[in-house]
Amino acid sequence: MNIIVPVKMVPDLVEELTIDPGGAALDTAWMRLILNEFDDHAIEQAILLKERVGGLVTVIAPEAADVDDALFTAAAKGADRLIKLTGETGSINSHALARALAAVIQTETPDLILTGVQAHNDLDGQVGPLLAESLSMPYVGYVSSVKIENRMATVKKEYPGGLLAEFMVELPAVLGIQASDEPPRYVAFTKVRQAMQATKIEEQDIGELDISGSAAVSRMFQPEVKERAEMLEGDSDAVAARLVEIMQEYGVL
Amino acid sequence: MLATELDERLSTSQVFWNSLMEMPGGEKIRQCIQCGTCTGVCPFGRWMQTTPRKIIAALRMNEFEDILASDTAWMCVSCYACAKVCPQQLPLTDGLMFRLKEELLLTGNVPTELQLALENSRRYGNPMGESPKKRSAWTEGLDPPVPVLRETRKPVDVLWFVGDFASYHPQGQQAARALVKVLRALGVNFGILGPDEVSDGDSQRMAGERGLFEWLAIRNGAHFMRSNFNQIITTDPHAYNAIKNEYPSLEINYPVQHYTEFLYERLDQLKPLLTKKISATVAYHDPCYLGRVNGVYDPPRELLKAIPGVRLVEMSHHHDSSLCCGGGGGGMWLDGFQWDQSKSRLSEWRIREVVISKTVEDFISVIGAEDKNRRKAGQPTLLPEETILAVACPYEKPRFTDATKTIEEAKTVRVMDIAELLANAM
Repeated sequence: MNIIVPVKMVPDLVEELTIDPGGAALDTAWMRLILNEFDDHAIEQAILLKERVGGLVTVIAPEAADVDDALFTAAAKGADRLIKLTGETGSINSHALARALAAVIQTETPDLILTGVQAHNDLDGQVGPLLAESLSMPYVGYVSSVKIENRMATVKKEYPGGLLAEFMVELPAVLGIQASDEPPRYVAFTKVRQAMQATKIEEQDIGELDISGSAAVSRMFQPEVKERAEMLEGDSDAVAARLVEIMQEYGVL
Repeated sequence: MLATELDERLSTSQVFWNSLMEMPGGEKIRQCIQCGTCTGVCPFGRWMQTTPRKIIAALRMNEFEDILASDTAWMCVSCYACAKVCPQQLPLTDGLMFRLKEELLLTGNVPTELQLALENSRRYGNPMGESPKKRSAWTEGLDPPVPVLRETRKPVDVLWFVGDFASYHPQGQQAARALVKVLRALGVNFGILGPDEVSDGDSQRMAGERGLFEWLAIRNGAHFMRSNFNQIITTDPHAYNAIKNEYPSLEINYPVQHYTEFLYERLDQLKPLLTKKISATVAYHDPCYLGRVNGVYDPPRELLKAIPGVRLVEMSHHHDSSLCCGGGGGGMWLDGFQWDQSKSRLSEWRIREVVISKTVEDFISVIGAEDKNRRKAGQPTLLPEETILAVACPYEKPRFTDATKTIEEAKTVRVMDIAELLANAM
């Protein structure tokens, strides 16, 4: 089975984010990037399927800082092929990414495409659906379990409110992965190093970007403080009395 | 060679056995007499299906697959208790158990909480996943500022390797700030690496991640090389052990002391500064990687004895029989796993020993008998009422402080780093 996993790097929230002087984007000068968590689950799901039913796993990512490390880590976990999309990837949005991916994937004749259902820097989280549309394949998102049998995928999709649905999807298909069947595995540092030596990252130029169709950011800003919590002062009796008053004011007592 | 990447002619047991024989001193493992002393002394031995004796027996019987099927080797806190008592002096902790953990790790048999700490160490240079930029944030507000060597670019006498827990854990930070006060009082010319420092990697190494350890060590080594200093001191015994015993194999060679050794050498200068009385019964906990592994037993005790008012007592496990706090060998990141397996905590066991040691010492003391009468008569006692557990490793303060909250008799026991006790006595 030919499984393709499109992934991308997103800002790492461990460091504080700053907004660039233009006021409509993040300042990328000191920003660290990390593999999108849902994409990490998509890679794990692909490798679990490969282990269960056999196949070839290809991981594709647009060029970004530290993306090589993320790709080699995927190889150390069991991915067979690594592809890096090069070109003007800095200003890529989910529509442009879906178009670029469709062009590359078209020639690969995949049986299954697994990608993270969304990323925290997405404006619309539409890479999966747009890619499925371009490739004329069915799409199911928010998937938390995948089983493959006889060219059919049985997937579980999560809905808000704790509802779970089971779908049968004919392959080839695109699935937006929310969580892999098992948590992403640990791969020892030495194995990543071995992968760096044993695996090659193929580069594919994506040519001119078509960023049309996506929402545009007009202004980016830190959350603004409007009202602060009222801190009650005084001894416990005074605080309790004031609490009762407040509850009465709001009509809850 | 990874034992699970099978050579068709050899069994898993044989491949693993051969890998042990290739380790320094590994040949000795042939001499195991199956006495079981290792299992008896192991603080978590009751809950491990894979104690050193059993592993060696399984290897001899060609049944190593059974050992690999269990994950209880992750209960091993790399405390060296087994290696210390082994009558054949086999390399059990850094040989056998290390290789087994490495094997489990390479095959992906890693508890999730440990996995996160290892991934964080690789990504951020610290196991907590904290911002690398904020590694020296604990120094904020100290006046004068603590020199960060890449900013000051001035030579110092002492490079202080602060370490992960002293840099990021609030309780470790308190001890680090106390040590600043002590070093300054002694007029020591010191500096830190700040954001250039990464984890010493020793606990990751003992959790089987040798590759990650080397990568971290090389990063630290590069910054040592760029800095101008005469010696290194560490807050953390694990960092001390790594820089002293492991970094040299990566050609990173610097004289290093644990801060207690460094201060002990300056005890004559320090003593007159310790003018404030700390009236307390103090039990000292020997950290595994300071005591059992590196034989540093006296300097911490001498520092404590130099504090006026301190009555130093020994717990039932002390010096080379000291009990691990539970944090070594990856244990710092396996609290949930250890609890699931054993429903017990080594830190709580230790805290009970603190209470017992004070009670026993009071009982056998001549003054203790008099104090009994004084207590009955409502008079102030002669022996100190306060009990303190003194520690010298930043893993220990949060672990033992948490334990005092769950042990009823230990509610009043305070856990303090030796650096804090010294700073308070100034």
